[in-house]
Amino acid sequence: MSLLRIPVTPADHVDGPNDAPVTMVEYGDYECPFCGLAFPNVKLAQKRFGKKLRFVFRHFPLTEAHPFAETAAEAAEYAGAHDLFWEMHDGLYANQDQLGLTLILGLGRALGLSDLGLRDTIAQRRYAAKIQADFLGGVRSGVNGTPSFFINGEKHAGSYSYQELAAAIDAHLQAVPAR
Amino acid sequence: MVGVLAPGAAAPDFTLRVTPDQYLSLRDLSGKPVVMTFYPADWSPVCGDQMALYNQVLPEFRKHEAELLGISVDGAWCHEAFAKDRHLHFPLLADFEPKGDVAKRYGAYRMGEGVCERALFVIDRKGVIFWSYLSPIAVNPGADGILDALEKLPAVVTS
Repeated sequence: MSLLRIPVTPADHVDGPNDAPVTMVEYGDYECPFCGLAFPNVKLAQKRFGKKLRFVFRHFPLTEAHPFAETAAEAAEYAGAHDLFWEMHDGLYANQDQLGLTLILGLGRALGLSDLGLRDTIAQRRYAAKIQADFLGGVRSGVNGTPSFFINGEKHAGSYSYQELAAAIDAHLQAVPAR
Repeated sequence: MVGVLAPGAAAPDFTLRVTPDQYLSLRDLSGKPVVMTFYPADWSPVCGDQMALYNQVLPEFRKHEAELLGISVDGAWCHEAFAKDRHLHFPLLADFEPKGDVAKRYGAYRMGEGVCERALFVIDRKGVIFWSYLSPIAVNPGADGILDALEKLPAVVTS
């Protein structure tokens, strides 16, 4: 079984309390259709487990296969620099069937981000090093494709269906002593 | 069951078609670490496709000066179409005639099915197998084992 080698740090995109008993890290690609399918399941799990679950998203773009994966990741990082990471993240996955520059710039405008700033970020690949660091950390942790989930550091072996994700989170909750 | 060749064994040399009109021999790469990845077939359907992943990790392999070779029993024209479609930046070798001959010598051939195993080898600069791994056929083994092995390879001796 593969273990998460890169611990969660303040540099990560985190949704949920830092003292949550369960942390789920996803390695994802905004253009991967399977990540798109997993997206609502993650949302459901977040809704069900509330403050007991901390969700972390890291980039794993397969840019040779997915021409807009890196651009989308850049846009998410740019939004993140303005405390709007999850808003962009949600917009990208919710509209994945239209993924392209028109969508990305439109989402940026809808979030009130600077159009020029977003364009420059994409053009200059401003966050390329961070995105690549996410990717390599995933590779070193045994990520072999997307989406890959780690629940409290252990690679989730099941599918990304809501039922299997929730069951795995539940199992970790049972394993954590009540406080 | 006979397993894949283990660390310490000399990597069997071979000459295989790498494009419809070019051949590649393992000995041509002597002096560099070589990552050999045997896989069952071109045109694997999912995003997590092993070759797509290795394609993306290629710059990391290159930091260790390693050459990456994919190898399956598919023919050179099939490989060419697959590599073009997936934008692969590393050679795919056709273990096509005699079918699976190289895979058999590495202990990485599935007799009943007539395809290569999903098996990984890291070969050192002197042509000796440094690390090998046989993955369950349906499991993409990722690249962590390969990178761990490349990091542990002895450094180049400069004189």
